[in-house]
Amino acid sequence: MGFTRRDLLKTTAGASAGLMAPSLLTQRARAQDLSFKPEEGASLRLLRWSPFVKGDEEQWLANTKKFTEATGVEVRVDKESWEDIRPKAAVAANVGSGPDLMFVWFDDPHQYPDKLLDVSDLANYLGGKYGGWYDGPKSYATRDGQFVGLPLATIGNAIVYRDSWVKEAGFSEFPKTTDKFLELCQALQKSGHPVGFTHGHGVGDGNNYAHWLLWSHGGKMVDEKGTVTINSPETQKAIEYAMELYKTFIPGTEGWLDVNNNRAFLAGELSVIANGISAYYSAKNDPKLAEIAKDIRTTNLPVGPVGKPVELYQVTSAVIFKYTKYPNAAKAYLQFMFEEAQMSEWITKSSGYCCQTLKAFASNPVWTADPANAPYAKASETLRPNGYAGPLGYASAAVMADYVLVDMFAEAVTGQQTPQAAMERAEKRANRYYRV
Amino acid sequence: MAGTATIGSTRRSVSLLERLENSRLGLGLLFLLPAAVLLLVFLTYPLGLGVWLGFTDERIGRPGIYIGLENYGFLWHDSVFWLSVFNTVLYTTVASVLKFGLGLWLALLLNERLPFKAFFRAIVLLPWVVPTVLSAIAFWWIYDAQFSILSYVLQKIGLITGPINFLGDPTNARASVIAANVWRGIPFVAITLLAGLQTISPSLYEAATLDGATSWQRFRFVTFPLLTPIIAIVMTFSVLFTFTDFQLIYVLTRGGPVNATHLMATLSFQRGISGGNLGEGAAIAVAMIPFLLAAILFSYFGLQRRRWQQGGRD
Repeated sequence: MGFTRRDLLKTTAGASAGLMAPSLLTQRARAQDLSFKPEEGASLRLLRWSPFVKGDEEQWLANTKKFTEATGVEVRVDKESWEDIRPKAAVAANVGSGPDLMFVWFDDPHQYPDKLLDVSDLANYLGGKYGGWYDGPKSYATRDGQFVGLPLATIGNAIVYRDSWVKEAGFSEFPKTTDKFLELCQALQKSGHPVGFTHGHGVGDGNNYAHWLLWSHGGKMVDEKGTVTINSPETQKAIEYAMELYKTFIPGTEGWLDVNNNRAFLAGELSVIANGISAYYSAKNDPKLAEIAKDIRTTNLPVGPVGKPVELYQVTSAVIFKYTKYPNAAKAYLQFMFEEAQMSEWITKSSGYCCQTLKAFASNPVWTADPANAPYAKASETLRPNGYAGPLGYASAAVMADYVLVDMFAEAVTGQQTPQAAMERAEKRANRYYRV
Repeated sequence: MAGTATIGSTRRSVSLLERLENSRLGLGLLFLLPAAVLLLVFLTYPLGLGVWLGFTDERIGRPGIYIGLENYGFLWHDSVFWLSVFNTVLYTTVASVLKFGLGLWLALLLNERLPFKAFFRAIVLLPWVVPTVLSAIAFWWIYDAQFSILSYVLQKIGLITGPINFLGDPTNARASVIAANVWRGIPFVAITLLAGLQTISPSLYEAATLDGATSWQRFRFVTFPLLTPIIAIVMTFSVLFTFTDFQLIYVLTRGGPVNATHLMATLSFQRGISGGNLGEGAAIAVAMIPFLLAAILFSYFGLQRRRWQQGGRD
């Protein structure tokens, strides 16, 4: 057959767009055709974070297999625990050898943008074809207007709670504001079903909770120019709120790492936690926890004085290192994986764990398949980048890695420092990184 | 003759090699070379690089420039760094003293005539044999805020009403990580001291007994002085291992609660690798060197004094 790889890539893209007949996808697809011809004898290595839900990995590998069948390019997919990704990626960038592609977290692309392949052509093509990128994930993957990676997914975080206990505490529906939320937590503590949020050095949960506390009350670490503004009346309000909330917690939250809340929640010790969808799915998929699973509901974190939902979430981008010998194969691979046929299926199979970064995929059936998935659907839309409102980069990443915000709240709620002192200490610590 | 001729001609061509063979200095240097290369490449170079990085603002993915003592200046004014120094010194001191006391006690017990002696000696080694990460994960469950077996048992007995906050309260957390470290470190001390005990000649004890020495006097004036050289070695190593501990903290608390268990090694990793600031991470690691040197010098000059070992005074 006179079928080249180039043709094949084009037809798969076209055919997949064709499947979504009435959508806006088809209108633009033809005009913005783009394809990359993999280098002769190319093979790729992708290093990704270990999946949290099985479906994610299985579908990603299945899609990868389809890519290999279509192009002949072998792709080896390795995985690492998600906390090890950051140092691994940094070392790969630094040393100039390692995997060709990698899924990285948060500000990583901003730490070594000059070591990453510019994928603006591909990103603009995908953005144009699929309704545009959400601003939050996009900001993590762009530097000076150039895409140094493709925003891959947002790992949503939401309130996971036991419906019967919330009702028992006298709340017919879950509170939508921080004030009412505090009342609920107090009532739950009285009824013997306390809540628990991570004040310890849990990379995901600890940071999510601390940022929600700060941002929902209007505080911010830095202003637009990167000047540290954490020492503010808004932050003070946030800390005071956190102290009230902390009084209703189960003991030990200041020592919690990422899994403690799931574990205690699934054991029936907790009524409310904030977590990814994994907490719900581990109950749903375990016959022994069927009773609990039936009682679990999810909802978005309450809105504070700022009047709109703002959250950190965990954001992951797919980057190609400049040192790769096969840049075109790598781009062709990412293009293939982001096209409708593959991406839709991947989002579906990730069971709500991976929220789309391209707006057209918001209609994915997974968000309506189970009511528990719904709060996670808007993660990419409501997310606020780390180090808001300053620039992303070394300082924002280092402040988060040093747990400056997590420690600030933990110091105050445990009574080690007054709110004022905790703020001043956080200010001092943040200034060490933002000094440049 | 033919023989002499051959010797004569080879002498000129191998004269350099031959001269080398006859030179003690040259040969010595030659034989030292492999070891020297190994040391240079795998020890001196990384150490030197680490020290150098501490003087730069190198970040992961971006080469640094020399900034002198700036990293150290910032650390000097950093309360978290000083807290980690305090934690490290506390952790090392308390854990080392406990490991020494309990290890010596265990060694003395195992040196007695016990039934199943070999079995007990093998059992004692177990904590040392289990990979640190695995034992740390076991301790993580033992110390869990909600599911601790210790809390559970104590609650069942009725000694406490609520679960113990092992890793949430700063004091408890410090005590908990020290206990885990001691548990893991005792076998090393005990088995090595036991080996030392067995080198002490029984005739010394017989002579002491004939002279009417009590068991305490036998320990104080026979066992202890003869054991000090090995104590010096064991404790040097034990202090070094404890001071540079990383895995246990990383698994159990990641430095929390509020940095109460952050050691210099874990802080160095957090700042250098997770935070991407290689220069500062290296500076923290370099700041550990004076403490380590002090520990080594103390054991060499303090514990290895001959006259003191032989029961006399300086």
